[in-house]
Amino acid sequence: MEPKGIYDILSKTFGSKIKQFLENTFPPTIIVESSAIVDVCKFLKNEEGLNFTSLMCLSGVDLKDQGKMAVVYHLFSITHRHKIALKVEVDRNEPHVPTVEGVWATANWYEREAYDLFGIIFDGHSDLRRILMPDDWEGYPMRKDYVYPKKYHTWDV
Amino acid sequence: MVNVDERFMEVSMGPQHPSTHGVLRLLVRTDGEVLTAARPYIGYLHRALEKIAERVTYPQFTPFTDRLDYLASMNCNLAYAMTVEKLLNIEIPRRAQIIRVIMAELNRISSHLIAFGSFSSDMGAFTPFLFGIREREFINDLFEMTCGSRLTYNYIRIGGVSKDLPEGFIDKAKEFLDYFPGKLKEYNELLSYNAIFIKRLANIAVITPEDALDYGVTGPNLRASGIKWDLRREEPYLIYNELDFDIPIGRGEMGTVGDAWDRYMMRIYEMEQSTKIVKQCLDMLAPGDYTAKVPKVLKPPAGEVYVRAENPRGELGFYLISDGSTKPYRLKIRAPSFANLSILPKLAKGVMIADLIAIIGSLDIILPEIDR
Repeated sequence: MEPKGIYDILSKTFGSKIKQFLENTFPPTIIVESSAIVDVCKFLKNEEGLNFTSLMCLSGVDLKDQGKMAVVYHLFSITHRHKIALKVEVDRNEPHVPTVEGVWATANWYEREAYDLFGIIFDGHSDLRRILMPDDWEGYPMRKDYVYPKKYHTWDV
Repeated sequence: MVNVDERFMEVSMGPQHPSTHGVLRLLVRTDGEVLTAARPYIGYLHRALEKIAERVTYPQFTPFTDRLDYLASMNCNLAYAMTVEKLLNIEIPRRAQIIRVIMAELNRISSHLIAFGSFSSDMGAFTPFLFGIREREFINDLFEMTCGSRLTYNYIRIGGVSKDLPEGFIDKAKEFLDYFPGKLKEYNELLSYNAIFIKRLANIAVITPEDALDYGVTGPNLRASGIKWDLRREEPYLIYNELDFDIPIGRGEMGTVGDAWDRYMMRIYEMEQSTKIVKQCLDMLAPGDYTAKVPKVLKPPAGEVYVRAENPRGELGFYLISDGSTKPYRLKIRAPSFANLSILPKLAKGVMIADLIAIIGSLDIILPEIDR
């Protein structure tokens, strides 16, 4: 299905929770309210004719100038061969997004990574620990205003 | 070693362990010889490549992509170049496209040779590893004469490739392609259909198609589960739509569809297909430009793209956000091994300790691209 068609179906079902359709990105992006993301994902996965079987990628993005933190979901359907991106934008100081781990199991690790590097909290996540950085690392390195530490324990960084 | 309870024992396997294919630590909980849980700890090779990407210009990041999956650097270069080209919207000359396919497929063979070799040595057979390395030398020689390097090539650049094929490349490549299929037969006789090898792998760690999709497993591991999905065929890039090749899938020849043997065998089948592809490409080569005209200072227009390519280990994707400056605003690397490894805790539950090695080997993960 064409991305525009997917957007229309979502708008019809979820109303104002679906905020915007960005046509010029590749694949086109639908901006979704964070509170609705789990329902939207479940709908996209299970609805006949959409069947988004896979979460290709989940990325955190720091939109510092807008005071926001974004999570981008790249979805793809192996049965219908269409793809779409979803974007959730939340307040940068309190970045809370519900987890989609229950929809695609692969989200577990991707969300841990976004938490580790951006400090985005995925509410309801079963195992939200750091994944790439050491457990006792301070701060979230991929944030745009991150300041590198001079020392980690006794070592110079 | 921690005693959790009288019955169980928690043991760290790795980070330094010959069969973990890099620096991977698994915390395994054992009940005698049986695993009750295995928990991967990654990040030992974390070099913050995504952060580095925000500090260097677009062309400067190409050599860093070499260090993602260092056994398939050409493929990583290629995926990154395609991502930036998608933003720039430039046309790649036909000769450059053909050269790219040749390099990508040769690198696929060399990567699968290591997968084949290291897997066999994990399983206790050392000789096949040496065989794999021996054949890989040919490909390394070909790469060396093309770009001067034998491991991290930095050859496929934004816009095309860094230099044209050297004199004598085609003859040498043809020589290799004539020689190689015989060796594949030898591998099969030596290892693939070896009774002990089959006994150890058949019906072990079966990944069902549903699980494979759920966990984002891609590449040969996905196809071993019986799903015919290959980006080269389904979302053809470069000149793949003009080429004649098969997409092998797991058929459960020795046991169940999607077991460790199927995953192993996918690599052998794919090497056959890649040989076929390179052969066709060599015949298609016609004189022409090896790179498009790309400005010295690259400033892609503001935008967002997610581009993916079929790497030897699965789908390598780059999510790139450009703000119109000379450096990426954000570059997320979707590494195939990262998702492929995430299924391990599920597979490892209830298997014997020795089978854990078979699972890791059959998934053919590589740590630098997991940790990035």
